[in-house]
Amino acid sequence: MLEISDLTVRYGKLTALDQVGIRVGQGEAVFVVGPNGAGKSTLLKTVAGLLRPARGRIDFDGQPVGGGAPERLCRQGLALVPEGRHIFRTLSVEENLLVGMMIRRDRAAVKDDLERILGLFPILRDRFRGVAGNLSGGEQQQLAIARALLQRPRLLMIDEPSLGLAPLVIDQVYASLRALNADGLTLLVVEQSTARVLDLATRVYVLRSGKVVLADTAEALATGVAMEEAYFGYAGQANG
Amino acid sequence: MRNFLQVLVDAVALGSLLALVALAIGLVFGVMRLINFAQGDYITVGAYALVVPTASLTPALFLGALPVPLMVAGVLFVVVLLALATERVAFRPLRDSDPATLLISSFAVSYFLQHLVMLIHTGRPKSVGIGQALTTPIDIMGLRVPGIQVVTMAVTAVLLIALVLFLKRTSMGIQMRAAAENFQMARLLGVPANRVIAMAFVISGVLGGAVSLLLIVQTGTLDIRMGLMPVIFAFFATVIGGMGSLVGAALGGFLVGGASVLLQSFLPDGLRPFRDAFVFGLVIVILLVRPKGLIVIGAARERV
Repeated sequence: MLEISDLTVRYGKLTALDQVGIRVGQGEAVFVVGPNGAGKSTLLKTVAGLLRPARGRIDFDGQPVGGGAPERLCRQGLALVPEGRHIFRTLSVEENLLVGMMIRRDRAAVKDDLERILGLFPILRDRFRGVAGNLSGGEQQQLAIARALLQRPRLLMIDEPSLGLAPLVIDQVYASLRALNADGLTLLVVEQSTARVLDLATRVYVLRSGKVVLADTAEALATGVAMEEAYFGYAGQANG
Repeated sequence: MRNFLQVLVDAVALGSLLALVALAIGLVFGVMRLINFAQGDYITVGAYALVVPTASLTPALFLGALPVPLMVAGVLFVVVLLALATERVAFRPLRDSDPATLLISSFAVSYFLQHLVMLIHTGRPKSVGIGQALTTPIDIMGLRVPGIQVVTMAVTAVLLIALVLFLKRTSMGIQMRAAAENFQMARLLGVPANRVIAMAFVISGVLGGAVSLLLIVQTGTLDIRMGLMPVIFAFFATVIGGMGSLVGAALGGFLVGGASVLLQSFLPDGLRPFRDAFVFGLVIVILLVRPKGLIVIGAARERV
């Protein structure tokens, strides 16, 4: 579904991503993990069209999409929930969702979707007319995900869904992500912490200093040793 | 008491005018982080569109010769077109530049327009008589208020309400508020950047054109720098209101206009020539107390 190859992204002279290759198949939940500054957010931003690649290819459903404008890419079915959620704080919950629905032209189906998604995140129904800035962090994360879902994406990208949330709230967020994935939604999730990866992931990429240092299925990584080594660099070096 | 009420009406009338200019500046700043000093020249160009370009100091009327509805529509049309043209030529290519670059571009546009008007109409102030019937005072509960002040307040009220309805009730308005708060996120959700920004300029053009007409009826004078003071006052209004907050911009406009009129009336005679120094002093004091302006957006702390 999403095929990234040889992707290089630079901020000025700094290379943030160096010939990265990542593949996400239909219905998968692919995780990209790595320490701070590994280029995870850069990866998602580039796929969503916020950053221009210096080189490389991004294909979505067989179509090249690299360097496209974000307002066009989201119409092709790519949705990004960026790090820090970025809900519109001065708008009401309802208005936030309205902005999410704006690209839809199928009005009847949008209404059904809204009902379904409010069923998934009941707290948003309670706070429907309230200002989004008054929501708690977990509620904001739910709003950001709900808003992205209303676009009816075929691929949902989420940048650090657990960032700044209490463990119990993270459980809730992950429960809804699992439900969405079970419903057939393809996910590309970025996390700094590896703790939640095995809850949901079908496959995992470890990104460090802009390079993919490990790629494997979640089962193969279940022991966690290889992943930790890749994440932190060579354990032997660290100890010696 | 009567005298004080009279002054108060003056204050609200000037405040209304500045609120309109401040809203235009605030709206454009919201969607593209541009402080558009050319807003003042939109006002100037709109006013000059009322007369035929000649060297005469009492020029024949051009758009000003039309019946009132057509004249108003004509001026608004000219200013909206101008605002859109400046966006397309001077601001769109610089959209991703930093705010300082955009600001300098707006100064360039401002000087360009000023000198263009000078080239076409000559630089000398001209007198123009439009809507003079409105300058005669009318009696409202013992107060003698010039009709134009009533019109100014009414027009401001109508435009404010229309703007609020647009921003709250229409899809485009909600998209614009979303874009003003977080432009990248709005784009990620499919809000078309070009259309939202163009819309902000259209509205700033409508507000600018309205100010052209109100100002020209009030003063009866065309001057290539007639938009300068309103735009500077309005800029300070948006700053003390809280950059990015439209409510703040309108509030700031009323505040700066009000302060200016009150100081004009109640300062000792010897200090009146320095009225603007006191107004700007007040701005500094407000900013010292509230550095982010009166209304801070996104101030609510994030809870976990």
